[in-house]
Amino acid sequence: MKQIKEFKLVEKRDFGRSVLLRLQSEQRLPDIEPGQFVQVRVDGSPSTYLRRPISIHNVDFQKNEVDLLVQQVGEGTRHLAKASVGDLINIMLPLGNGFSMPEEGQKVLLVGGGIGIAPLFYFAKVLNENGVQPVLILGGKTKSDLLRLEEYQQLGETFVTTEDGSLGEKGFVTMHSVWKERTFDKIYVCGPKPMMKAVAKIATEKDIWCEVSLENLMACGLGACLCCVEDTNDGHVCVCKEGPVFNTRRLKW
Amino acid sequence: MVNTTIELGRGLVLRNPVMTASGTFGYGEEYTDFVDLSQLGGIIVKGTTLHPREGNPYPRMAETPSGMLNCVGLQNKGVQYFIDTIYPRIKDFDTNVLLNLSGSTLENYVKGAEMVNELEKIPAIELNVSCPNVKQGGMAFGVTTTGIAQVVSEVRKVYHKHLMVKLSPNVTNIAEIALAAEASGADSVSLINTLMGMAIDAEKRKPKLSVITGGVSGACVKPVALRMVWQVAKAVKIPVVGLGGISNAIDAVEFMLAGASAIEIGTANFIDPAVSAKVARGIIEYCENFGFESVTDLIGALEC
Repeated sequence: MKQIKEFKLVEKRDFGRSVLLRLQSEQRLPDIEPGQFVQVRVDGSPSTYLRRPISIHNVDFQKNEVDLLVQQVGEGTRHLAKASVGDLINIMLPLGNGFSMPEEGQKVLLVGGGIGIAPLFYFAKVLNENGVQPVLILGGKTKSDLLRLEEYQQLGETFVTTEDGSLGEKGFVTMHSVWKERTFDKIYVCGPKPMMKAVAKIATEKDIWCEVSLENLMACGLGACLCCVEDTNDGHVCVCKEGPVFNTRRLKW
Repeated sequence: MVNTTIELGRGLVLRNPVMTASGTFGYGEEYTDFVDLSQLGGIIVKGTTLHPREGNPYPRMAETPSGMLNCVGLQNKGVQYFIDTIYPRIKDFDTNVLLNLSGSTLENYVKGAEMVNELEKIPAIELNVSCPNVKQGGMAFGVTTTGIAQVVSEVRKVYHKHLMVKLSPNVTNIAEIALAAEASGADSVSLINTLMGMAIDAEKRKPKLSVITGGVSGACVKPVALRMVWQVAKAVKIPVVGLGGISNAIDAVEFMLAGASAIEIGTANFIDPAVSAKVARGIIEYCENFGFESVTDLIGALEC
Protein backbone atom coordinates (compact mmCIF):
# COMPACT_ATOMS: atom_id res chain seq x y z
CA MET A 1 0.00 0.00 0.00
CA LYS A 2 1.24 3.47 -0.89
CA GLN A 3 1.82 5.93 1.91
CA ILE A 4 2.65 9.57 2.54
CA LYS A 5 4.87 10.05 5.53
CA GLU A 6 7.10 12.58 7.19
CA PHE A 7 10.61 11.13 7.31
CA LYS A 8 13.37 12.59 9.44
CA LEU A 9 16.71 13.21 7.80
CA VAL A 10 19.04 11.29 10.11
CA GLU A 11 22.23 11.28 8.07
CA LYS A 12 23.61 13.17 5.12
CA ARG A 13 26.67 12.39 3.04
CA ASP A 14 27.97 14.95 0.62
CA PHE A 15 29.35 13.76 -2.73
CA GLY A 16 29.74 17.17 -4.37
CA ARG A 17 27.07 17.37 -7.03
CA SER A 18 25.13 14.57 -5.34
CA VAL A 19 24.08 13.95 -1.80
CA LEU A 20 22.99 10.85 0.09
CA LEU A 21 19.96 11.45 2.29
CA ARG A 22 19.21 8.83 4.93
CA LEU A 23 15.57 9.22 5.93
CA GLN A 24 13.94 7.55 8.88
CA SER A 25 10.26 6.93 9.50
CA GLU A 26 8.79 6.55 12.97
CA GLN A 27 6.50 3.88 11.58
CA ARG A 28 7.14 0.56 9.92
CA LEU A 29 8.04 0.85 6.25
CA PRO A 30 5.78 -0.70 3.64
CA ASP A 31 7.21 -3.42 1.39
CA ILE A 32 9.61 -1.81 -1.08
CA GLU A 33 10.96 -3.57 -4.15
CA PRO A 34 14.26 -2.68 -5.79
CA GLY A 35 13.54 -0.32 -8.70
CA GLN A 36 10.62 1.44 -7.06
CA PHE A 37 10.78 5.17 -6.37
CA VAL A 38 9.49 7.89 -4.07
CA GLN A 39 7.95 11.32 -4.67
CA VAL A 40 9.54 13.93 -2.43
CA ARG A 41 7.79 17.16 -1.55
CA VAL A 42 10.23 20.05 -1.72
CA ASP A 43 9.21 22.51 0.97
CA GLY A 44 10.33 26.12 1.05
CA SER A 45 11.48 26.41 -2.55
CA PRO A 46 9.21 28.98 -4.25
CA SER A 47 10.00 27.81 -7.76
CA THR A 48 9.38 24.13 -6.99
CA TYR A 49 5.69 23.28 -7.21
CA LEU A 50 5.59 19.57 -7.93
CA ARG A 51 7.10 16.67 -6.04
CA ARG A 52 10.40 15.25 -7.27
CA PRO A 53 10.57 11.57 -8.23
CA ILE A 54 13.72 9.97 -6.79
CA SER A 55 14.77 6.33 -7.04
CA ILE A 56 15.24 4.30 -3.88
CA HIS A 57 18.95 3.80 -3.29
CA ASN A 58 18.74 1.54 -0.26
CA VAL A 59 16.32 0.39 2.42
CA ASP A 60 16.93 -0.74 5.99
CA PHE A 61 13.71 -2.32 7.20
CA GLN A 62 15.13 -2.87 10.72
CA LYS A 63 15.74 0.84 11.20
CA ASN A 64 12.85 2.01 8.99
CA GLU A 65 15.33 3.92 6.85
CA VAL A 66 15.26 4.78 3.19
CA ASP A 67 18.33 6.15 1.41
CA LEU A 68 18.02 8.53 -1.53
CA LEU A 69 20.98 9.44 -3.69
CA VAL A 70 20.04 12.84 -5.07
CA GLN A 71 21.88 14.57 -7.88
CA GLN A 72 21.42 18.31 -8.02
CA VAL A 73 20.08 18.95 -11.50
CA GLY A 74 17.60 21.78 -10.96
CA GLU A 75 16.13 24.07 -8.36
CA GLY A 76 14.10 21.33 -6.66
CA THR A 77 16.94 18.87 -6.16
CA ARG A 78 19.33 21.71 -5.25
CA HIS A 79 16.94 22.75 -2.51
CA LEU A 80 16.51 19.16 -1.35
CA ALA A 81 20.29 18.75 -1.10
CA LYS A 82 20.38 21.68 1.35
CA ALA A 83 18.23 19.84 3.91
CA SER A 84 19.82 19.50 7.35
CA VAL A 85 19.95 16.49 9.64
CA GLY A 86 16.82 16.60 11.79
CA ASP A 87 14.63 18.14 9.05
CA LEU A 88 11.34 16.46 8.25
CA ILE A 89 10.81 15.55 4.60
CA ASN A 90 7.45 14.52 3.19
CA ILE A 91 7.72 11.37 1.11
CA MET A 92 5.19 9.40 -0.91
CA LEU A 93 6.17 5.74 -1.38
CA PRO A 94 6.58 3.13 -2.73
CA LEU A 95 5.73 4.03 -6.33
CA GLY A 96 5.93 2.18 -9.62
CA ASN A 97 7.06 -1.37 -10.26
CA GLY A 98 10.38 -2.96 -9.47
CA PHE A 99 13.02 -4.95 -11.34
CA SER A 100 12.02 -8.54 -12.08
CA MET A 101 13.96 -10.95 -9.95
CA PRO A 102 16.19 -13.31 -11.94
CA GLU A 103 15.91 -17.04 -11.57
CA GLU A 104 18.39 -19.01 -9.54
CA GLY A 105 21.70 -19.58 -11.28
CA GLN A 106 21.21 -16.91 -13.92
CA LYS A 107 24.12 -14.67 -14.80
CA VAL A 108 23.04 -11.12 -14.08
CA LEU A 109 24.56 -7.86 -15.28
CA LEU A 110 23.65 -4.47 -13.82
CA VAL A 111 24.61 -1.43 -15.89
CA GLY A 112 24.45 2.04 -14.32
CA GLY A 113 25.32 5.40 -15.79
CA GLY A 114 25.76 8.62 -13.81
CA ILE A 115 23.18 9.01 -11.06
CA GLY A 116 21.41 6.03 -12.66
CA ILE A 117 23.60 3.82 -10.51
CA ALA A 118 21.42 4.79 -7.51
CA PRO A 119 18.65 2.14 -7.63
CA LEU A 120 21.14 -0.60 -8.58
CA PHE A 121 22.60 -0.49 -5.07
CA TYR A 122 19.42 -1.71 -3.39
CA PHE A 123 18.82 -4.15 -6.23
CA ALA A 124 22.33 -5.62 -5.94
CA LYS A 125 21.88 -5.95 -2.19
CA VAL A 126 18.59 -7.86 -2.59
CA LEU A 127 20.16 -10.03 -5.30
CA ASN A 128 22.94 -10.93 -2.88
CA GLU A 129 20.40 -11.78 -0.19
CA ASN A 130 18.80 -14.13 -2.73
CA GLY A 131 22.06 -15.82 -3.58
CA VAL A 132 22.70 -14.04 -6.89
CA GLN A 133 26.06 -12.36 -7.37
CA PRO A 134 25.60 -9.73 -10.06
CA VAL A 135 28.28 -8.28 -12.28
CA LEU A 136 28.17 -4.48 -12.43
CA ILE A 137 29.34 -2.03 -15.06
CA LEU A 138 29.19 1.50 -13.71
CA GLY A 139 29.96 4.49 -15.89
CA GLY A 140 30.38 8.21 -15.46
CA LYS A 141 31.79 11.24 -17.21
CA THR A 142 34.60 11.34 -14.71
CA LYS A 143 35.93 9.60 -11.60
CA SER A 144 33.88 11.68 -9.16
CA ASP A 145 30.63 10.42 -10.75
CA LEU A 146 31.31 6.92 -9.41
CA LEU A 147 29.72 7.37 -6.01
CA ARG A 148 30.17 4.79 -3.25
CA LEU A 149 32.25 2.63 -5.58
CA GLU A 150 33.83 0.55 -2.80
CA GLU A 151 30.39 -0.29 -1.43
CA TYR A 152 29.15 -1.34 -4.88
CA GLN A 153 32.24 -3.52 -5.24
CA GLN A 154 31.15 -5.44 -2.15
CA LEU A 155 27.88 -6.36 -3.85
CA GLY A 156 29.38 -7.89 -6.97
CA GLU A 157 32.25 -7.86 -9.40
CA THR A 158 32.33 -4.26 -10.56
CA PHE A 159 33.77 -2.77 -13.75
CA VAL A 160 34.10 0.95 -14.36
CA THR A 161 34.19 3.23 -17.37
CA THR A 162 34.70 6.98 -17.47
CA GLU A 163 34.44 9.21 -20.50
CA ASP A 164 37.66 11.03 -19.61
CA GLY A 165 39.51 7.88 -18.60
CA SER A 166 40.10 9.12 -15.04
CA LEU A 167 38.98 5.75 -13.66
CA GLY A 168 38.52 2.31 -15.19
CA GLU A 169 38.36 1.93 -18.95
CA LYS A 170 37.99 5.07 -21.02
CA GLY A 171 34.70 5.39 -22.87
CA PHE A 172 31.04 4.49 -22.39
CA VAL A 173 29.63 1.54 -20.45
CA THR A 174 28.81 -0.15 -23.75
CA MET A 175 32.50 -0.13 -24.74
CA HIS A 176 33.83 -2.02 -21.72
CA SER A 177 35.91 -5.11 -22.56
CA VAL A 178 33.85 -7.26 -20.19
CA TRP A 179 31.10 -7.39 -22.84
CA LYS A 180 33.43 -9.48 -25.02
CA GLU A 181 34.64 -11.69 -22.20
CA ARG A 182 31.42 -12.69 -20.50
CA THR A 183 27.94 -13.82 -21.30
CA PHE A 184 24.83 -12.87 -19.33
CA ASP A 185 21.27 -14.14 -19.01
CA LYS A 186 19.73 -10.92 -17.79
CA ILE A 187 20.74 -7.27 -18.07
CA TYR A 188 19.29 -4.47 -15.94
CA VAL A 189 20.03 -0.85 -16.85
CA CYS A 190 19.54 2.57 -15.31
CA GLY A 191 21.05 5.79 -16.60
CA PRO A 192 20.61 8.48 -19.23
CA LYS A 193 18.25 7.47 -22.03
CA PRO A 194 20.87 7.40 -24.83
CA MET A 195 23.01 5.11 -22.69
CA MET A 196 20.07 2.82 -21.90
CA LYS A 197 19.16 2.68 -25.59
CA ALA A 198 22.74 1.74 -26.45
CA VAL A 199 22.75 -1.09 -23.90
CA ALA A 200 19.30 -2.20 -25.06
CA LYS A 201 20.67 -2.40 -28.60
CA ILE A 202 23.47 -4.71 -27.48
CA ALA A 203 20.96 -6.83 -25.57
CA THR A 204 18.72 -7.11 -28.62
CA GLU A 205 21.66 -8.03 -30.87
CA LYS A 206 22.79 -10.72 -28.45
CA ASP A 207 19.20 -11.77 -27.75
CA ILE A 208 19.55 -11.15 -24.01
CA TRP A 209 16.59 -10.36 -21.78
CA CYS A 210 16.90 -6.71 -20.66
CA GLU A 211 15.10 -4.34 -18.31
CA VAL A 212 15.60 -0.57 -18.19
CA SER A 213 14.49 1.96 -15.60
CA LEU A 214 13.12 5.18 -17.11
CA GLU A 215 12.95 8.61 -15.55
CA ASN A 216 10.50 10.56 -17.67
CA LEU A 217 9.27 13.91 -16.37
CA MET A 218 6.25 13.29 -14.20
CA ALA A 219 3.71 15.11 -12.10
CA CYS A 220 1.46 12.83 -10.01
CA GLY A 221 3.54 9.65 -9.72
CA LEU A 222 0.32 7.61 -9.47
CA GLY A 223 -0.76 7.08 -13.09
CA ALA A 224 -3.38 9.79 -13.00
CA CYS A 225 -2.03 12.74 -14.98
CA LEU A 226 -0.65 10.80 -17.97
CA CYS A 227 2.31 13.19 -18.33
CA CYS A 228 5.22 10.73 -18.06
CA VAL A 229 4.22 8.40 -20.87
CA GLU A 230 6.57 6.23 -22.88
CA ASP A 231 5.72 4.80 -26.27
CA THR A 232 5.30 1.03 -26.01
CA ASN A 233 3.79 -1.82 -28.00
CA ASP A 234 0.63 -1.15 -25.99
CA GLY A 235 0.62 2.57 -26.83
CA HIS A 236 1.47 5.38 -24.43
CA VAL A 237 1.83 4.06 -20.89
CA CYS A 238 2.69 5.83 -17.64
CA VAL A 239 6.28 5.37 -16.53
CA CYS A 240 5.23 6.15 -12.95
CA LYS A 241 2.70 3.33 -12.76
CA GLU A 242 3.55 0.65 -15.34
CA GLY A 243 7.25 1.48 -14.97
CA PRO A 244 9.69 2.88 -14.20
CA VAL A 245 11.09 -0.56 -15.07
CA PHE A 246 10.29 -1.87 -18.55
CA ASN A 247 11.40 -4.88 -20.51
CA THR A 248 13.06 -3.46 -23.61
CA ARG A 249 10.92 -5.72 -25.81
CA ARG A 250 7.91 -3.70 -24.77
CA LEU A 251 9.46 -0.36 -25.74
CA LYS A 252 9.48 1.19 -29.19
CA TRP A 253 13.19 1.90 -29.09
CA MET B 1 -23.45 19.99 12.93
CA VAL B 2 -22.90 21.78 9.62
CA ASN B 3 -25.14 20.72 6.76
CA THR B 4 -22.80 20.03 3.85
CA THR B 5 -25.25 18.77 1.23
CA ILE B 6 -25.20 20.50 -2.14
CA GLU B 7 -27.90 19.98 -4.75
CA LEU B 8 -26.74 20.83 -8.23
CA GLY B 9 -30.03 19.99 -9.93
CA ARG B 10 -31.57 17.19 -11.98
CA GLY B 11 -30.87 14.65 -9.27
CA LEU B 12 -27.19 15.39 -8.71
CA VAL B 13 -26.75 15.67 -4.95
CA LEU B 14 -23.30 15.96 -3.40
CA ARG B 15 -22.67 15.05 0.21
CA ASN B 16 -20.26 17.97 0.33
CA PRO B 17 -19.07 20.56 -2.21
CA VAL B 18 -15.73 18.89 -2.97
CA MET B 19 -15.09 17.01 -6.19
CA THR B 20 -11.86 16.07 -7.93
CA ALA B 21 -11.13 17.53 -11.33
CA SER B 22 -10.96 15.47 -14.47
CA GLY B 23 -7.48 14.39 -15.50
CA THR B 24 -6.01 14.86 -12.03
CA PHE B 25 -7.54 11.92 -10.18
CA GLY B 26 -7.48 9.10 -12.72
CA TYR B 27 -10.51 6.91 -12.15
CA GLY B 28 -10.35 7.38 -8.39
CA GLU B 29 -8.68 3.98 -8.01
CA GLU B 30 -5.25 5.55 -8.15
CA TYR B 31 -6.00 7.52 -4.98
CA THR B 32 -7.78 5.04 -2.71
CA ASP B 33 -4.59 4.44 -0.68
CA PHE B 34 -4.75 8.11 0.31
CA VAL B 35 -8.40 9.19 0.25
CA ASP B 36 -11.60 7.59 1.50
CA LEU B 37 -13.73 8.45 -1.52
CA SER B 38 -16.85 8.52 0.66
CA GLN B 39 -15.45 11.75 2.11
CA LEU B 40 -15.91 13.49 -1.24
CA GLY B 41 -18.89 15.01 -3.00
CA GLY B 42 -17.81 13.39 -6.22
CA ILE B 43 -15.01 12.43 -8.52
CA ILE B 44 -14.84 13.40 -12.17
CA VAL B 45 -13.02 10.76 -14.15
CA LYS B 46 -10.59 11.58 -16.89
CA GLY B 47 -11.56 13.10 -20.22
CA THR B 48 -13.12 10.40 -22.38
CA THR B 49 -13.84 10.54 -26.09
CA LEU B 50 -16.03 8.30 -28.24
CA HIS B 51 -13.01 6.78 -29.96
CA PRO B 52 -9.66 5.88 -28.31
CA ARG B 53 -6.94 8.53 -28.43
CA GLU B 54 -3.19 8.07 -27.92
CA GLY B 55 -2.75 11.70 -26.90
CA ASN B 56 0.26 13.87 -27.68
CA PRO B 57 3.89 12.74 -27.74
CA TYR B 58 6.17 13.05 -24.72
CA PRO B 59 7.14 15.50 -23.19
CA ARG B 60 3.72 16.52 -21.99
CA MET B 61 4.54 18.41 -18.83
CA ALA B 62 6.57 21.38 -17.68
CA GLU B 63 6.72 22.88 -14.24
CA THR B 64 5.99 26.61 -14.14
CA PRO B 65 6.03 29.13 -11.28
CA SER B 66 3.44 27.83 -8.76
CA GLY B 67 1.92 25.59 -11.36
CA MET B 68 2.44 23.39 -14.35
CA LEU B 69 1.74 23.09 -18.04
CA ASN B 70 0.39 19.97 -19.64
CA CYS B 71 -0.39 18.88 -23.16
CA VAL B 72 -1.60 15.33 -22.53
CA GLY B 73 -4.08 15.65 -25.36
CA LEU B 74 -7.00 13.57 -24.10
CA GLN B 75 -5.27 10.20 -24.03
CA ASN B 76 -8.01 7.67 -23.29
CA LYS B 77 -9.32 4.33 -24.49
CA GLY B 78 -12.74 5.52 -25.59
CA VAL B 79 -16.28 5.40 -24.21
CA GLN B 80 -16.86 1.71 -25.01
CA TYR B 81 -13.70 0.68 -23.15
CA PHE B 82 -14.81 2.82 -20.22
CA ILE B 83 -18.19 1.10 -20.19
CA ASP B 84 -16.78 -2.42 -20.51
CA THR B 85 -13.68 -2.24 -18.35
CA ILE B 86 -13.57 0.74 -16.03
CA TYR B 87 -17.21 1.37 -15.15
CA PRO B 88 -17.69 -2.08 -13.53
CA ARG B 89 -14.70 -1.41 -11.27
CA ILE B 90 -15.73 2.06 -10.10
CA LYS B 91 -19.51 2.19 -10.31
CA ASP B 92 -19.99 1.20 -6.67
CA PHE B 93 -17.68 3.83 -5.21
CA ASP B 94 -19.46 5.52 -2.32
CA THR B 95 -19.44 8.91 -4.04
CA ASN B 96 -20.78 10.49 -7.22
CA VAL B 97 -18.78 9.36 -10.22
CA LEU B 98 -19.05 11.88 -13.05
CA LEU B 99 -17.64 11.31 -16.50
CA ASN B 100 -15.83 14.07 -18.36
CA LEU B 101 -16.85 13.68 -21.99
CA SER B 102 -14.90 15.27 -24.80
CA GLY B 103 -15.13 15.10 -28.55
CA SER B 104 -13.95 16.43 -31.84
CA THR B 105 -17.20 16.46 -33.78
CA LEU B 106 -20.78 17.13 -32.83
CA GLU B 107 -21.73 13.57 -33.77
CA ASN B 108 -19.09 12.12 -31.45
CA TYR B 109 -20.27 14.21 -28.51
CA VAL B 110 -23.84 13.11 -29.09
CA LYS B 111 -23.02 9.44 -29.57
CA GLY B 112 -20.79 9.44 -26.48
CA ALA B 113 -23.45 11.14 -24.37
CA GLU B 114 -26.08 8.64 -25.55
CA MET B 115 -23.89 5.76 -24.42
CA VAL B 116 -23.09 7.33 -21.04
CA ASN B 117 -26.77 8.08 -20.50
CA GLU B 118 -27.32 4.32 -20.16
CA LEU B 119 -24.90 4.00 -17.24
CA GLU B 120 -27.05 3.81 -14.14
CA LYS B 121 -24.33 4.82 -11.65
CA ILE B 122 -23.05 7.84 -13.56
CA PRO B 123 -25.33 10.69 -12.43
CA ALA B 124 -23.79 13.41 -14.57
CA ILE B 125 -21.57 14.29 -17.49
CA GLU B 126 -19.07 17.09 -17.36
CA LEU B 127 -19.06 18.14 -20.98
CA ASN B 128 -15.55 19.16 -21.94
CA VAL B 129 -15.81 21.84 -24.60
CA SER B 130 -12.58 23.43 -23.52
CA CYS B 131 -9.59 21.12 -23.94
CA PRO B 132 -6.82 23.34 -25.32
CA ASN B 133 -4.46 20.50 -26.13
CA VAL B 134 -5.83 18.84 -29.23
CA LYS B 135 -6.72 20.43 -32.50
CA GLN B 136 -10.31 19.35 -32.17
CA GLY B 137 -10.55 18.91 -28.41
CA GLY B 138 -13.81 20.71 -28.22
CA MET B 139 -12.31 24.09 -27.57
CA ALA B 140 -13.53 25.08 -31.01
CA PHE B 141 -17.03 24.61 -29.58
CA GLY B 142 -16.22 26.17 -26.25
CA VAL B 143 -14.91 29.55 -27.34
CA THR B 144 -17.95 30.90 -29.20
CA THR B 145 -21.53 31.32 -28.06
CA THR B 146 -22.84 29.67 -31.23
CA GLY B 147 -20.44 26.74 -30.87
CA ILE B 148 -21.36 26.07 -27.27
CA ALA B 149 -25.08 26.48 -27.96
CA GLN B 150 -24.82 23.92 -30.74
CA VAL B 151 -22.99 21.22 -28.79
CA VAL B 152 -24.90 21.68 -25.53
CA SER B 153 -28.34 21.67 -27.17
CA GLU B 154 -27.56 18.55 -29.24
CA VAL B 155 -26.15 16.65 -26.24
CA ARG B 156 -29.11 17.82 -24.15
CA LYS B 157 -31.49 16.05 -26.54
CA VAL B 158 -29.95 12.64 -25.80
CA TYR B 159 -28.62 13.05 -22.27
CA HIS B 160 -31.28 13.07 -19.59
CA LYS B 161 -29.24 13.32 -16.41
CA HIS B 162 -27.27 16.23 -14.99
CA LEU B 163 -25.32 18.02 -17.71
CA MET B 164 -22.41 20.10 -16.44
CA VAL B 165 -20.54 22.10 -19.05
CA LYS B 166 -16.85 22.81 -18.44
CA LEU B 167 -15.86 26.22 -19.73
CA SER B 168 -12.65 27.47 -21.24
CA PRO B 169 -11.00 30.56 -19.78
CA ASN B 170 -9.40 31.22 -23.17
CA VAL B 171 -12.21 33.53 -24.24
CA THR B 172 -12.95 37.24 -24.28
CA ASN B 173 -16.12 37.11 -22.22
CA ILE B 174 -16.72 33.91 -20.26
CA ALA B 175 -20.08 35.09 -18.88
CA GLU B 176 -21.51 35.20 -22.42
CA ILE B 177 -20.36 31.65 -23.04
CA ALA B 178 -21.87 30.53 -19.74
CA LEU B 179 -25.17 32.19 -20.61
CA ALA B 180 -25.21 30.40 -23.96
CA ALA B 181 -24.62 27.07 -22.19
CA GLU B 182 -27.42 27.81 -19.75
CA ALA B 183 -29.83 28.81 -22.50
CA SER B 184 -29.01 25.59 -24.38
CA GLY B 185 -29.92 23.32 -21.49
CA ALA B 186 -26.88 23.00 -19.25
CA ASP B 187 -27.75 22.12 -15.65
CA SER B 188 -24.53 23.66 -14.34
CA VAL B 189 -21.24 25.06 -15.57
CA SER B 190 -17.78 24.27 -14.23
CA LEU B 191 -14.85 26.60 -14.68
CA ILE B 192 -12.05 27.08 -15.40
CA ASN B 193 -10.32 24.58 -17.64
CA THR B 194 -6.61 25.26 -18.13
CA LEU B 195 -5.26 28.54 -19.46
CA MET B 196 -3.28 28.26 -22.66
CA GLY B 197 0.40 28.82 -22.14
CA MET B 198 3.87 27.74 -23.16
CA ALA B 199 7.33 27.17 -21.75
CA ILE B 200 10.70 27.44 -23.45
CA ASP B 201 14.03 25.80 -22.71
CA ALA B 202 16.38 28.71 -23.33
CA GLU B 203 19.52 26.56 -23.39
CA LYS B 204 18.16 24.30 -26.10
CA ARG B 205 16.11 27.08 -27.74
CA LYS B 206 13.20 24.67 -27.91
CA PRO B 207 9.70 24.49 -26.48
CA LYS B 208 9.42 22.34 -23.36
CA LEU B 209 6.21 20.68 -24.58
CA SER B 210 6.00 18.36 -27.57
CA VAL B 211 3.19 20.34 -29.17
CA ILE B 212 4.64 23.71 -28.09
CA THR B 213 1.62 25.04 -26.21
CA GLY B 214 -0.32 23.53 -23.35
CA GLY B 215 -2.68 24.28 -20.49
CA VAL B 216 -1.56 26.01 -17.30
CA SER B 217 -2.95 24.79 -14.00
CA GLY B 218 -2.08 24.96 -10.34
CA ALA B 219 -2.02 27.64 -7.68
CA CYS B 220 -0.90 30.32 -10.15
CA VAL B 221 -4.25 30.32 -11.99
CA LYS B 222 -6.37 30.84 -8.88
CA PRO B 223 -6.91 34.61 -9.12
CA VAL B 224 -7.98 34.29 -12.76
CA ALA B 225 -10.33 31.42 -11.96
CA LEU B 226 -11.81 33.20 -8.98
CA ARG B 227 -12.56 36.30 -11.05
CA MET B 228 -14.21 34.24 -13.77
CA VAL B 229 -16.31 32.25 -11.30
CA TRP B 230 -17.48 35.51 -9.77
CA GLN B 231 -18.39 36.96 -13.18
CA VAL B 232 -20.20 33.82 -14.31
CA ALA B 233 -22.06 33.31 -11.03
CA LYS B 234 -23.46 36.83 -11.32
CA ALA B 235 -24.60 36.16 -14.88
CA VAL B 236 -26.27 32.74 -14.75
CA LYS B 237 -29.02 31.19 -12.63
CA ILE B 238 -27.75 27.60 -12.84
CA PRO B 239 -25.15 26.40 -10.29
CA VAL B 240 -21.50 27.18 -10.91
CA VAL B 241 -18.75 24.71 -10.03
CA GLY B 242 -15.47 26.48 -9.37
CA LEU B 243 -11.99 25.17 -10.02
CA GLY B 244 -8.57 26.51 -10.78
CA GLY B 245 -5.68 26.36 -8.33
CA ILE B 246 -7.63 25.31 -5.26
CA SER B 247 -5.05 23.88 -2.84
CA ASN B 248 -6.73 24.08 0.55
CA ALA B 249 -10.06 24.66 2.30
CA ILE B 250 -9.71 28.43 2.40
CA ASP B 251 -9.20 28.52 -1.38
CA ALA B 252 -12.36 26.43 -1.70
CA VAL B 253 -14.31 28.78 0.56
CA GLU B 254 -13.16 31.76 -1.52
CA PHE B 255 -14.62 30.14 -4.65
CA MET B 256 -17.91 29.53 -2.85
CA LEU B 257 -18.02 33.10 -1.60
CA ALA B 258 -17.48 34.20 -5.20
CA GLY B 259 -20.59 32.23 -6.16
CA ALA B 260 -19.57 28.61 -6.68
CA SER B 261 -22.02 25.99 -5.39
CA ALA B 262 -19.33 23.31 -5.44
CA ILE B 263 -15.64 23.12 -6.24
CA GLU B 264 -13.16 20.81 -7.90
CA ILE B 265 -9.61 20.09 -6.84
CA GLY B 266 -7.18 19.50 -9.65
CA THR B 267 -3.43 19.90 -9.77
CA ALA B 268 -3.18 20.01 -5.95
CA ASN B 269 -3.91 16.25 -6.01
CA PHE B 270 -0.45 15.78 -7.51
CA ILE B 271 1.29 17.44 -4.59
CA ASP B 272 -0.88 15.98 -1.84
CA PRO B 273 -2.98 13.04 -3.00
CA ALA B 274 -5.00 13.31 0.22
CA VAL B 275 -5.82 17.01 -0.22
CA SER B 276 -9.42 16.56 -1.42
CA ALA B 277 -10.65 14.97 1.81
CA LYS B 278 -8.71 17.55 3.83
CA VAL B 279 -10.48 20.35 1.95
CA ALA B 280 -13.86 18.74 2.63
CA ARG B 281 -13.09 18.68 6.36
CA GLY B 282 -11.63 22.19 6.28
CA ILE B 283 -14.78 23.68 4.75
CA ILE B 284 -16.78 22.31 7.71
CA GLU B 285 -14.27 23.81 10.14
CA TYR B 286 -14.59 27.18 8.40
CA CYS B 287 -18.38 27.01 8.70
CA GLU B 288 -18.12 26.11 12.39
CA ASN B 289 -15.65 28.89 13.09
CA PHE B 290 -17.75 31.53 11.35
CA GLY B 291 -21.17 30.29 12.42
CA PHE B 292 -22.53 29.02 9.11
CA GLU B 293 -25.07 26.24 9.64
CA SER B 294 -24.98 25.10 6.04
CA VAL B 295 -22.29 25.24 3.39
CA THR B 296 -24.94 26.58 1.04
CA ASP B 297 -24.83 29.78 3.09
CA LEU B 298 -21.34 30.37 1.71
CA ILE B 299 -22.49 30.45 -1.91
CA GLY B 300 -22.15 34.00 -3.19
CA ALA B 301 -21.79 35.37 0.33
CA LEU B 302 -19.06 37.74 -0.77
CA GLU B 303 -19.68 41.20 0.62
CA CYS B 304 -18.80 43.89 -1.88
